[in-house]
Amino acid sequence: MSALSLFNYWAVIGLMMLGYYCVIVRGNMVKKIIGLGIFQTSVFILFISAGKVLGGSTPILREGVSVYSNPLPHVLILTAIVVGVATTAVGLALAVRIQEAFGSINDDDLDQLGQEDEP
Amino acid sequence: MVLLVLLLVVGTAVVLTRDLLKATMLFAIYSLTIAGLFVILDAGDVALTEAAVGAGISTILILATLALVPAREHRQRGHNRPALLIVFITGAALVYAVSDLPEFGSADNPVHQHVGPYFIEQTYPDMGIPNMVAAVLASYRSIDTMGEAIVILTAGIAVFALLSVPPRRRQRAPDAKTRGRDEG
Amino acid sequence: MKDNSILVIVARFLIPLVMLFGLYVQFHGEYSPGGGFQAGVLFAAAWILFVLIYGLETGLRVIPLRVIYSLGCLGVLLYCAVGLMGVILGGRFLDYQPLLASPQAAQQAGIILVEFGVGVTVASVVMMIFLQFARRRAQSQAAGLELDQEQDRS
Repeated sequence: MSALSLFNYWAVIGLMMLGYYCVIVRGNMVKKIIGLGIFQTSVFILFISAGKVLGGSTPILREGVSVYSNPLPHVLILTAIVVGVATTAVGLALAVRIQEAFGSINDDDLDQLGQEDEP
Repeated sequence: MVLLVLLLVVGTAVVLTRDLLKATMLFAIYSLTIAGLFVILDAGDVALTEAAVGAGISTILILATLALVPAREHRQRGHNRPALLIVFITGAALVYAVSDLPEFGSADNPVHQHVGPYFIEQTYPDMGIPNMVAAVLASYRSIDTMGEAIVILTAGIAVFALLSVPPRRRQRAPDAKTRGRDEG
Repeated sequence: MKDNSILVIVARFLIPLVMLFGLYVQFHGEYSPGGGFQAGVLFAAAWILFVLIYGLETGLRVIPLRVIYSLGCLGVLLYCAVGLMGVILGGRFLDYQPLLASPQAAQQAGIILVEFGVGVTVASVVMMIFLQFARRRAQSQAAGLELDQEQDRS
């Protein structure tokens, strides 16, 4: 049973590696930003799983509940989600500008243009 | 649990598909499934934020970008073996590191020992409001929230600085040899 | 899209409902899950739905551009002003104790003001980011940059 209790964390590692692969291998910039989003959300699952108490409930005080889950990871992840969307917005604006300036957002086209510059 | 397996399947589909519109829609499904997972893990505030932000705002921004850039990805030639090797090695190292973590959900984990019980017990006598997460966010740790509001304002200013000037003629274009390559 | 009658009827019902729900989440954030960020994003999502159906010019007539710009900065300024109020009245930065007489009421007042500031900033920044993206297509077509469709999508 002790191996199965870590299943959450293994799934998180799987998702994290999927996002990592997407960021380093795929050449399209919008795909990279989507991969970064997958990576970020997998880290959120890690923190929230660490804060859960079995048999507890949502950390809002109410009648009939005596055990609560830890509220501190929830606070950290709230901030992290908003920062994540801020990063995504700036990344997408950069992709739009690159498309307008160079005509493409794929790595191989941009490499081609970079090689043409060198004498 | 079942939701995590579903997330892995949807995540693989997002990475493997080459049509960006399909990837965006699958990403919206992924975000909404994560919001459901957060509800099961007793995180109400976080589930609400992830559903609104991930499945709402992130998706609409990517769709707005796809109206401005071409929506297909170039075909990759062959598999990138060094990258797969790096990903496997990193994953194996992380699995080895995770085996040291305490059991999932047990109430005497070190995480729940120091500050957690203080917040749970002291929120009502100090502030009189039931929502512990809002109390911690706005009063006990309010400088962090101020920093976060400033971060989102900075992101707005950055997008404004990038996109407020109307576009001029394109400076250069990729040549026909690149563009004519087989897309499949 | 305002010729599509199904969309118009559903939107006419949904948009005020979503805005009202956003305000509810903002001010009820102390008793139920909610707070500043969720409320800001909900309010901005309602405005984005309005723009998607009725067009960007109509959306900008409802909430003008200058209002969006200034509300974004005013939210953060409200947050910092609450913090400085704590310093002026004798405590530390972002200390809510000196604001009102009873300690619990002071904390609640501080929390409501601070969350309102965050909500206003998040709503206006999300609206502004969306309208920057939405205006870009018309501007790039006007400048003559054709969109490169590398192949037809089947």
